[in-house]
Amino acid sequence: MAEKVLMKGNEVIAEAAIRAGCKHYFGYPITPQTEIAHYMAKKLPEIGGVFVQAESEIAAINMVYGAAAAGIRVITSSSSPGISLKQEGLSYIAGAELPCVVVNIVRCGPGLGGILPAQCDYFQAVKGGGHGDYRMVVFSPSSVQELYELTVEAFNVADRYRITSMIMGDGMLGQMMEAVEFKDEENIETVEKDWALTGTRMKREHNIITSVNVNPYELEKINEGLQAKYKKIVENEQRVEIYNCKDADVIIVAHGTVARIIKNVIETLKHEGIRVGLIRPITLWPFPTEIFEKYASVPKMFLTVELSAGQMVEDVRLALNGKKPVYFYGRMGGMIPTQKEIMDKIKSILRGDRDG
Amino acid sequence: MPVKEIIISGFGGQGILSGGKLIAYAGMLDSKNVSWLPSYGPEMRGGTANCHVVVSEEPVGSPILNSADILIAMNGPSLDKFEDYIRENGIIITDSSLVERESSREDIGFFSIPATKLAGEMGNQTFAIVILLGKMLAETQVVTKDSFISSLKKVLPEKYQYMIPDEIKALEMGMES
Repeated sequence: MAEKVLMKGNEVIAEAAIRAGCKHYFGYPITPQTEIAHYMAKKLPEIGGVFVQAESEIAAINMVYGAAAAGIRVITSSSSPGISLKQEGLSYIAGAELPCVVVNIVRCGPGLGGILPAQCDYFQAVKGGGHGDYRMVVFSPSSVQELYELTVEAFNVADRYRITSMIMGDGMLGQMMEAVEFKDEENIETVEKDWALTGTRMKREHNIITSVNVNPYELEKINEGLQAKYKKIVENEQRVEIYNCKDADVIIVAHGTVARIIKNVIETLKHEGIRVGLIRPITLWPFPTEIFEKYASVPKMFLTVELSAGQMVEDVRLALNGKKPVYFYGRMGGMIPTQKEIMDKIKSILRGDRDG
Repeated sequence: MPVKEIIISGFGGQGILSGGKLIAYAGMLDSKNVSWLPSYGPEMRGGTANCHVVVSEEPVGSPILNSADILIAMNGPSLDKFEDYIRENGIIITDSSLVERESSREDIGFFSIPATKLAGEMGNQTFAIVILLGKMLAETQVVTKDSFISSLKKVLPEKYQYMIPDEIKALEMGMES
């Protein structure tokens, strides 16, 4: 067993990327994720990698496009306003079907907003912030250990499907230190990238990476190909944690850091004889729809708790398709709900208060 | 001791964040679940610093604390801000070299040590936080002394490792005061 070390979430993302074989980082600093860039700036030159602080987020995502086209593992990181700037590049990367990893340590918006924790970029991440019919695989870790494991997995998934994997966290996760145990050998998949732009050496046909095609017949075929790929991802890559859901009166749906608070709530309410469970989506896209079919009959009602005005709750309602009432509780602007607030909400909906 | 939640607060430069890391690391060496969260918001810009540390037998839920068992306050504003966070039967430890008042609460344990003055007499004011942490160890056993000493080696950068014997003296001074 490897030794446990105490590290900041942001640093663990960077370390995990390096362990996954990523030697290329392009980014532009923004709180609360700049430690990722600090770590990469220090470590990558030591292992023969490349760290570039680009002139802007737009430049950085296009450098990622270029590196990914060359077939190497590449990562960029930013926070909400910076991720908005990257949306054009993300759409192009999706169109060109290139694998890469993008980290969004979300801050509270809209606009320049603040720097405290939020989950208000859910829509942007899972419904497509850029233009066109495209998807990204979106992971929402809830501990520093999981940041490590999912960052490694994000590279595997990206390569497996030639898609962008996004790690979405918030400042609480990025800034906190927790024990992390790095495995001695990472679970790294290697994929033959015969499509990559590596130079023909006059020995093969040249590869073309592009997202442009003005022939509608061909472009529709390309889109159908993308949709077939996304369908495969929906079938194979849904990830979810189930906690205490057996016999629960209320099942809470929460992701990322909020799920940590919910677990405390569940343990506290056990002493009061109130049975509460948790469904924690680990992939936000593909949303773990299948698990809701399995658990829809268990509780009287569902409650979604988010650091937003109510975004994931829409996917919860779609997944349940009217089978059970779905209530919502959210805080915004960097406010974090206390255990007591959430417990009061649970008791209130169980009493049948009209507005929940 | 299923869970202990700790707030350490003071000015930037007093070793507030490092002090929290020492406790978190020691907790981890004691095989507890731990979290450490610094203040990274706009309040940092005002020159005050605080961190939230959780040491727990169970997995740590929220690393952001709305209430706590222990407060170490290294300036007056820190006591003003966090005094009401402390739960009944919790403790507050202040540096009386810098915090003029005492706590008016009677449902908590209140301790004050002139830590900055004592550390100054040792030749280095940055030992003040370690003196206060020593008092916390003696009053709460939140982490073991051995693990705390081991954590000094993990947390202190190479160039400051020579200070460890004096850090241990400061720790013991706090434990005995």
